[in-house]
Amino acid sequence: MSVDTIQILGVNHKTAPIAVREKLSFSDDPEAPFATLNAIDVCDEFCFLSTCNRVEVIYTSRRQEEAARAVRRFLFSNCDVSAEEAEEYTYLHQGRAAVHHLFRVASSLDSMVVGEPQILGQLKDAYRKSGDRGGPGVILNRMLHKAFSVAKRIRTETDIGGHAVSISYAAVELAKKIFGKLDNKKVLLVGAGEMAELAAEHLVNQGVAEVIVANRTLERAVTLARCFKGLAVSLSELIPQLEVIDILISSTGAPGFILHKDDVRSVMRKRRNRPLFLIDIAVPRDLDPRLNDLENVYLYDMDDLNNVVEMNKSEREQEAGVAERIVSEDCLKFLQWLDNMELSPTITALMKKADGIRRAELKKTFSHLDLSKKDKKSIDKLTGSIINKLLHDPILFLKENHTAEQKQQKLDLIRQMFSLDKDPYGSH
Amino acid sequence: MTLLFALAFAGYVMATAFYIVFFVTQKKTIRTTARNILLATGLVHTIIIIGRYVAAGHTPLTTHHDTVSFFAWSVTWAFLSFRWRYRVKNFGTFVSIVVMSLMIIAALSSRVITPLPPALQSAWLPIHASIAIMADGFLALAFCGGIMYLLLERELKQKRFGLFFSRLPSLEALDSLNQHCIAIGFPLMTVGIITGSFWAKQAWGSYWHWDPKETWSLITWFLYAALLHLRFTVGWRGRRVAIMAIIGFCSVLFTLWGVTYLLSGAHSYVR
Repeated sequence: MSVDTIQILGVNHKTAPIAVREKLSFSDDPEAPFATLNAIDVCDEFCFLSTCNRVEVIYTSRRQEEAARAVRRFLFSNCDVSAEEAEEYTYLHQGRAAVHHLFRVASSLDSMVVGEPQILGQLKDAYRKSGDRGGPGVILNRMLHKAFSVAKRIRTETDIGGHAVSISYAAVELAKKIFGKLDNKKVLLVGAGEMAELAAEHLVNQGVAEVIVANRTLERAVTLARCFKGLAVSLSELIPQLEVIDILISSTGAPGFILHKDDVRSVMRKRRNRPLFLIDIAVPRDLDPRLNDLENVYLYDMDDLNNVVEMNKSEREQEAGVAERIVSEDCLKFLQWLDNMELSPTITALMKKADGIRRAELKKTFSHLDLSKKDKKSIDKLTGSIINKLLHDPILFLKENHTAEQKQQKLDLIRQMFSLDKDPYGSH
Repeated sequence: MTLLFALAFAGYVMATAFYIVFFVTQKKTIRTTARNILLATGLVHTIIIIGRYVAAGHTPLTTHHDTVSFFAWSVTWAFLSFRWRYRVKNFGTFVSIVVMSLMIIAALSSRVITPLPPALQSAWLPIHASIAIMADGFLALAFCGGIMYLLLERELKQKRFGLFFSRLPSLEALDSLNQHCIAIGFPLMTVGIITGSFWAKQAWGSYWHWDPKETWSLITWFLYAALLHLRFTVGWRGRRVAIMAIIGFCSVLFTLWGVTYLLSGAHSYVR
């Protein structure tokens, strides 16, 4: 199996601005991306990952150039960008680089906020969804499982998540820079998302006075409000609520802006210009970017929050260095496995394993039996022909005519059945 | 006397240098050193002012050198007394730069004590002049707070975080600093103007002359009055009051120097 068949094509916060990324988010029809990807013939296996900060397709193909073109077309199908522009916004990793990239993504080294824990869950979710729709095959299954174990290893062996570096931490730090003490401040949570909840939780830990939750469905708002011992309101009360709150965290799935400049301008007068801190962690954005022009209003979107986190970079650099080493190490192991995913190395490994067992057992038996040299020789011969006969069928099974896909599945099956890939960290 | 002044001058320069080093490195021991130097220099400076009083035989606020030196002294003590009440992160760096600048100006001007004209010999002299300059001391702190507010706000709005983001206190702290300084500085200034008009009545026969210094004092007073009014009734805060505190302080400086050198009037005795 050649490593070069593995490719990753995508956009992330480094290659494309939020204005481009929000057009890519495939939120209207969750099935559409999988159907489209399934329909691309030149891609053998695929896994589709879409988060706020990145959209990427991990796939294998033997006709790489054609596949890259098709996948790129798929990514930008919703927006009118020229092919050249699309190429500019995307990155394409192939072979070894692709494996390395996926491992870095899984272990949050490529995240906007390095070390943030959400990406692993998002990747697992993407893998499950793609798996349900027949996306990943032998190679990607193995590669993604390996990615999960790398991420887990990094989390336990390094302190990469220890510096409280996350979007939510950044939000707290900014709130403190604006308000000083938070103990008499009120937070309004609009929409429910993991990251928004996390940010609210951090703020509660810092002692904010009250959390108010607004949601499209009041029921969800009530449930969430109960977690924070707060108040639930409906989304239509958003603007009147702005008069009493100090911090707003927005993460709705709304396609357009839910708050405009003029809405807030009139509220500021009623607020007697008390500062208002608006945090927009939705993609596409919820809050009009021009809100930042208003006096005493501080608006931060995902990209802005990243800058805050950058300041803590030096602290994390060391941990990230260790993590990078782990990624490289495990990347190498995966490539080794991939190299072995050919017929002859598998047969050799199989024979070697059987012979190893045979020899060990013979040694044990001979050590407490008093046998002549001739007897020993014939027992040795006997055991040898047993394993040969036993392995004859599995080897035939491997060698039978088959398609490339079947061949890989068979190789994988045999390798798993006889556990030919010793892996100290397990592959789940 | 000259030696003492040189000592105080060196003290302020050193305190400023330490405060700037602290600002960059954020090492607490350096801040402690800077504060101790400033406190010691403030005490030496007090002795200098008493010495000048003895030498002149009246309150030493009639020459330019003495006035500016007293100004520096009042900024220092306003800051030190403030610090005693509550702390504002890295405030000392900004204040010490203002103090040092004033001391440079004082060092460059003539230290000859000119005899006081009979018209100005009054008990109102120490009261009016010292209160007016002490008011300026607190207004200088509001000015520093205003500068700090604008620096931090700029980084927060533009989302480009440089030297100031991690080093300055929160916007709210700087805003309340502005309020506190002006809440002290403004009443003192009011008292300064009223006592000045009593002195004018005694010296020249009428309470108000509309000489340039009086006029500019009144303009400055109205600026700060407007600031307080807008804050408490309209709800102005943050950036706008920070800018007004800076403009107000510029007006203070103009009243002190601009009027003396560019316009002339009854106060031009005071140089």
